[in-house]
Amino acid sequence: MTEEVAIIGVGYTAASPVTPEVSYREMIYEAAVKAYQDAHVKPKDIKSFVCLSEDFHEGTSIFDEYVPDQLGAVLKPVHTVTGDGIHGLIEATMHIQTGLMDVVAVEAHSKASNILTPFHIMAFATDPVYNQPLKMHPYYIAGLEMNRFLLETGNTREHCAMVVQKNRQNALDNPVAAYGAQVAPDDVLQSRPLFAPLSKLDTSLHADGAVVMVLASAKRARELSDHPIWVKGIGWCSDSPSLENRDWAQAVYARLAGDAAYRMAGIRNPREEIDLAEIDDTFSYKELQHMEALRLCREGEAGLLLEEGTADLDGDLPINPSGGTLGTGFLYEASGLYRVLELVLQLRGEAGKRQLAHVNTGLAFSWRGIPTTSGAAIVVSNN
Amino acid sequence: MGYRKVAVVGAGMTKFVRRSLETGKELSFEASHMALESCQLTLDQIQSVVFGSAPDAFDGVHMKGEYISDGAGAFRKPYMRSYVGGGTGVFTPIQGWWHVASGMFDTCLVVCEEKMSPCQPHPQGAFLTIFDHTTERPLGPNLLWIFALEMNRYMHRHGITEQDIAQVAVKNKKNALDHPCAQIGREVSIDDVMNSEVLAWPVKRLDISPVSDGACAIVLASEEVAKRITDKPVWFEGVGWNLETAYWTNRDLYYPKQVEYAARMAYEMAGIREPRKEINIVEPYDPFDYKELHHLEGLLLCDKGKAPELTRSGVTARNGDMPVCPSGGLLGVGNPIAAAGLMKICELFWQLRGEAGKRQVPGSPRRGLAQAWGDLMQVGTVVVLGR
Amino acid sequence: MGIKLTERPQAQASGMETLEFKGTALSDEEFKGGKVVTVSGAPNAQYGWDAGVAIGRFLHELKEGRLIGTFCRSCNRIMVPPRMFCEWCFRNTDEWAPLKDTGVVNTFSLCYVTWDMKRLKEPEMPAVIEIDGASPGMGIMHLLGEVDPKKVQIGMKVRAVWKPADEREGAITDIKYFKPM
Ligand SMILES: [Zn+2]
Repeated sequence: MTEEVAIIGVGYTAASPVTPEVSYREMIYEAAVKAYQDAHVKPKDIKSFVCLSEDFHEGTSIFDEYVPDQLGAVLKPVHTVTGDGIHGLIEATMHIQTGLMDVVAVEAHSKASNILTPFHIMAFATDPVYNQPLKMHPYYIAGLEMNRFLLETGNTREHCAMVVQKNRQNALDNPVAAYGAQVAPDDVLQSRPLFAPLSKLDTSLHADGAVVMVLASAKRARELSDHPIWVKGIGWCSDSPSLENRDWAQAVYARLAGDAAYRMAGIRNPREEIDLAEIDDTFSYKELQHMEALRLCREGEAGLLLEEGTADLDGDLPINPSGGTLGTGFLYEASGLYRVLELVLQLRGEAGKRQLAHVNTGLAFSWRGIPTTSGAAIVVSNN
Repeated sequence: MGYRKVAVVGAGMTKFVRRSLETGKELSFEASHMALESCQLTLDQIQSVVFGSAPDAFDGVHMKGEYISDGAGAFRKPYMRSYVGGGTGVFTPIQGWWHVASGMFDTCLVVCEEKMSPCQPHPQGAFLTIFDHTTERPLGPNLLWIFALEMNRYMHRHGITEQDIAQVAVKNKKNALDHPCAQIGREVSIDDVMNSEVLAWPVKRLDISPVSDGACAIVLASEEVAKRITDKPVWFEGVGWNLETAYWTNRDLYYPKQVEYAARMAYEMAGIREPRKEINIVEPYDPFDYKELHHLEGLLLCDKGKAPELTRSGVTARNGDMPVCPSGGLLGVGNPIAAAGLMKICELFWQLRGEAGKRQVPGSPRRGLAQAWGDLMQVGTVVVLGR
Repeated sequence: MGIKLTERPQAQASGMETLEFKGTALSDEEFKGGKVVTVSGAPNAQYGWDAGVAIGRFLHELKEGRLIGTFCRSCNRIMVPPRMFCEWCFRNTDEWAPLKDTGVVNTFSLCYVTWDMKRLKEPEMPAVIEIDGASPGMGIMHLLGEVDPKKVQIGMKVRAVWKPADEREGAITDIKYFKPM
């Protein structure tokens, strides 16, 4: 790695089911002001800006038009990626590694509540010739995957229910999370079947919110920040978009993205070297699937970790202490930044009631959601 | 520290057509395959892929980047899609540049695709929703409006005539006759342009580029790898990109300041002090004929309001002192939006290697510039390549 | 990062003339005449956008038959459309600023086609109108009306023509168009 990179500022709004009081611009502005304050920078100090969005999540074609003003990015290098927030952090890291930029801001947001037909839009992402004419609710794809994953790995619906219990419980202590609740595993198992084995409570709920992060080169990070959180490794990958030929049991994209990030970070044994993980749990089984793909346990053992309490707040390897997506809410492109936000707060020792003891290195992983097989990983550390 | 040198080592493109039999995935594959063949690399030697495409509404698929990924050669690879509206085609190679310049990868495949024809009844439908959903869309604006508003403002500020502007359409459509992929290369006169149907005055039918399907791809490599692949690497010398405010009705549209800012960024990186002397060949963004003039001014290649004179005097002809759009540009080759921008990079690649065939500009050009522009007339993207 | 390269390839023969470009054009006949199989569908994409603080107030004022902007003390600009932050100074704007419903045409077009290229008999006349009371150059997009298209000029003074109060709904279309003063 030619140049070390650190996250030096975070700004965010609390995730919320609805946000009728602000426009997306005003919501992003709030997150940006807080992030710049936290990083001790002004917009003029920021050399480039990376935004994340998809046209159909905004209801605007070429949505990248509408991003500069609320970030203080007018007449600056700005670009938009149709990826998760972690893809944005990866772009910013590469910008800084070129030496061309020393301070870069990343923005992602969700106005999920403004999308009146979210599942029609999600289905519109499937193949227009093979899949769209079936006119199915797109969650059938999660049902298919969950079924094959459980069959091949021996994990069970009960294990999935334990993920829901853990994450929504964790969210109760997170003021940023929208969906904290006490949910018993039985509540999950008895909830309305959607696409069996997937039930209602196995799924995350949409939320609105915005996150802005500021990244800097080592030199600038040391000048500007008392508690830089260092980017140690990044990795990202897309598997097959085709529903017809993909691997339905294993998250190959997560395996390849994770391995790339570990390689860069010099991590040989993730289970031992990662202190906490914030990984995608858009559906309950995804957390288990991603744990295995990211080598946080052996294949087929993710459920055991849940049973043993290893993934709990007081366990050996807390997973989604923030509450994850099940607890925080599904925030489209911003989902991954809420995962990384928790790592930053934990590694700075600013996580309040959820603060974990002795944590130095964290992993965040995001998945782009149905129907994709794309994901991005980042390893960060406070030293 | 500093960045690593990055070269373009291969290029490929499909024909640009009004409606292709091939799907967007297939077009992406054809362009990528050709680019890899051109430098005799195989997909397993490609470590990362970047993809550019403008609105999803054209292809009729949400998250189009995900849908097309395997066609663009991204299967089980690090893959990222960027978009900056019409600026995308020159932006995506910049994104590829930092994938390699940062030291993350030694190779990167850059693919740009646009298949506009699926959008029915007319691809312009995809542009209806580019306007502000609350303050503008209820007025029923279409894309021609903003081009016409900008063109009128540009003409008004400098006293430029429609005939001045029509010269560009004449030049570029003629240049395109020599491009094997061109959709509408033809000989037209200034009178033909002037007499063509008025769409949104001052914009007339022959002032504008067509809607198209097509894809382009290039292969990027780090210095060490590039030198092992080819004797004729074409180097990135400068990159620049810039975004103006979304409040486009608060700007004076007579001048594209964001293009100037992007150009200054690229010139600084390339060590260019006198662009008019140091750039041998220019591929500015020409979706409408006035845009070529507008952009030559923004790129500081002539004084404000003076681009029509430059065109009249033949400086910008293919055999002139500073050939502009020798490819035939979007006006002649066609305008599958993101692919059209990358077509300009392909053109520089072929021109700088002396491989442009009938389109080859004389004098062994050493350095070329490609530029694109878009969004609500607010983005500028610039790449300077040299050999 | 290791990248396996086989032996050095031959330099390319000669470029363009030897290259083969793929891509198959379908004619209108082939496409519309059913010679190729087509699949069609339309997305059900519906949205209800939150207007927010600034545009929410702007819409409210439109319903009352008024235009409003915001003022930034730092750069001394009165901006329209209003925003609750100044994009130049990156700070909250300071005050609401009532504006006139008159202005000057900054630029205009005479548009003879619909978005799907159907011919219009009478042109639509979109314009950017710099609003009186806002800082110079601060315009909004709207339409011109009650004017001969041949007479429209940049620099022309115009006034908003409002819908009757009981038909206004808090939308930009509460102004029907602007007409010459
Ligand atoms: Zn100000």
